Amino acid sequence: MQMGFTRAQLVAFAVMLLIIVISPMVVYPVFLMKVMCFALFACAFNLLIGYVGLLSFGHAAYFGMGAYVSAYAAKSWGLSAELSVLAGALTGGVLGGVFGMIAIKRQGIYFSMITLALAQFTYFLCTQLSFTGGEDGIQQVPRAPVLGFISMQNDMAIYWLVAGVFVAGFLLIFRIIHSPFGQVLKAIRENEPRAISLGYRVDDYKLIAFALSTAIAGAAGGVKSLVFGIATLTDVTWQASGEIVLTTLLGGLGTIFGPVVGAVIINTLEFYLSPFGSWVTVTQGVIFVLCVMAFRRGVIGELGAKLKVSL
Amino acid sequence: MLMVLGYNLGPLLAQSLLGLINGAFYALLSLGLAVIFGLLNIINFAHGALYMLGAVVSWVLLNHVGLGYWPSLVVAPLIVGAFGIVLEKLFISKLYKLDHLYGLLLTFGIALIVEGLARNEFGSSGMAYAVPESLRGATKLGFMIMPTYRVWVVVASFVVCISTWLVLEKTSIGATLRAATENAALVQSFGVNVPRLITLTYGAGVALAAFAGVMAAPVYSVNPNMGSNVIIIVFAVVVIGGMGSILGSILTGFGLGLLEGFTKFLYPQGSGVVVFVLMIIVLLTRPAGLFGKAT
Repeated sequence: MQMGFTRAQLVAFAVMLLIIVISPMVVYPVFLMKVMCFALFACAFNLLIGYVGLLSFGHAAYFGMGAYVSAYAAKSWGLSAELSVLAGALTGGVLGGVFGMIAIKRQGIYFSMITLALAQFTYFLCTQLSFTGGEDGIQQVPRAPVLGFISMQNDMAIYWLVAGVFVAGFLLIFRIIHSPFGQVLKAIRENEPRAISLGYRVDDYKLIAFALSTAIAGAAGGVKSLVFGIATLTDVTWQASGEIVLTTLLGGLGTIFGPVVGAVIINTLEFYLSPFGSWVTVTQGVIFVLCVMAFRRGVIGELGAKLKVSL
Repeated sequence: MLMVLGYNLGPLLAQSLLGLINGAFYALLSLGLAVIFGLLNIINFAHGALYMLGAVVSWVLLNHVGLGYWPSLVVAPLIVGAFGIVLEKLFISKLYKLDHLYGLLLTFGIALIVEGLARNEFGSSGMAYAVPESLRGATKLGFMIMPTYRVWVVVASFVVCISTWLVLEKTSIGATLRAATENAALVQSFGVNVPRLITLTYGAGVALAAFAGVMAAPVYSVNPNMGSNVIIIVFAVVVIGGMGSILGSILTGFGLGLLEGFTKFLYPQGSGVVVFVLMIIVLLTRPAGLFGKAT
């Protein structure tokens, strides 16, 4: 029972690690890195919706801003890879802290609408600010060396960096969920008035959870910009926010491994559907409707229910 | 030229009139959202897509059926409203017992489907829709030339909004609706068919969105993306106004259009974000919204 893992979760985690190690031999590593970036992003999002019950509909703002700042740090400041990603995480966390303070003033659907509006506000800022490069974005971001001397030019070298950040982020989220702090979050999700009456400062807990989630989202965005060498407006759009909601919903809200599985499915779908233009959007919409109508536990939630374990 | 405090008043008036036109659409859309939210307790994310669908349907009616603007103004909302009723019956009605978030997610999915299909069919470049014969031309106001159609948009939207408000406040149907908003179970026990009332309300709210879409077609041209561009601003409008009152959502809609117009005059770069900035200020000072009841 290391770190609060149950036996089933430990097995699943081992399988995931094994897949991370073996899959680059059979699958294109750049695709796998993209999946891991979005998986981490989805895990960060899931920390809020799954464990605090807050549906943020604007998480792309933190992912996208993290990507911009990491790209800028690596390109214009010449920072090393790990510091660039850290800068992205910090950006996501600070932005999330500020926006969180505004958004947690309202509950339920209002919270969702406010986060969406704040993300759109961020999108407008990104089109106006000079450091983001407007419509062009930040291009030709160098794959900065780790610690300043471990070269990341090779796809497999940066693959291990991405895998490292992903696994570290995944474990961090797991740790948060299973800490006493995480227990309070779950109490808030289940019954907010009761948590208040027990003396917990609910808003503080929500805000910290929000900032943690957005910091991890920022790190995920930062890693993505280093892998692809580009940070653009695409990652700040409301469509990107919607996609991460879908990823998590499909994998299973409030499950540990659901967001990861969701990211694998959604990115694979997009990969095969991308030649068909808007059919990606239509397919995503259909999956949304199917999940909400008939499949609310998601892939991992259903699997866990079948095996009678929590995954 | 009119001069006030060193500002030339002409462009200011011109921009605020243009802002009022945007405001007319915000008001119609946020009104529909508020009516739907009141009874169904869901945020209709598909509202923007259905507004776009109204415009697309009117374009199809004109180019493939030969039905002009005026009949479209009635027929397109009816078609889209009927579509909304089908959606409510098939999908949304199954979710009332669940967390409200699922309603939001479902309607978001519907919005993606409708928009994706429209983009597949019509591309995303936009299609022109001519201003109807009877509303062509413009009036010279001294400081600007005001196209007649735009005046019509503001007046028609205002009349529709106020009529909706009167129906809700002064008729027995409106009274039943408001009662059902307060306590659906009690109203049902008086023999009112509440599920049907809910279905029709959704249809009516959606028809309002489609009506706005038809009106928007000659102004912004018909574009599959027009809904998603406007819906987020309308969400901000709804947060600012608070969904406590119907009149509040109408006033906020027009007011924010005006504010955008002013901003375009004073600080053009800020016009895209002014609504969001105001939303932040309102949330920090009056979290329930300008017209909302504290929860």
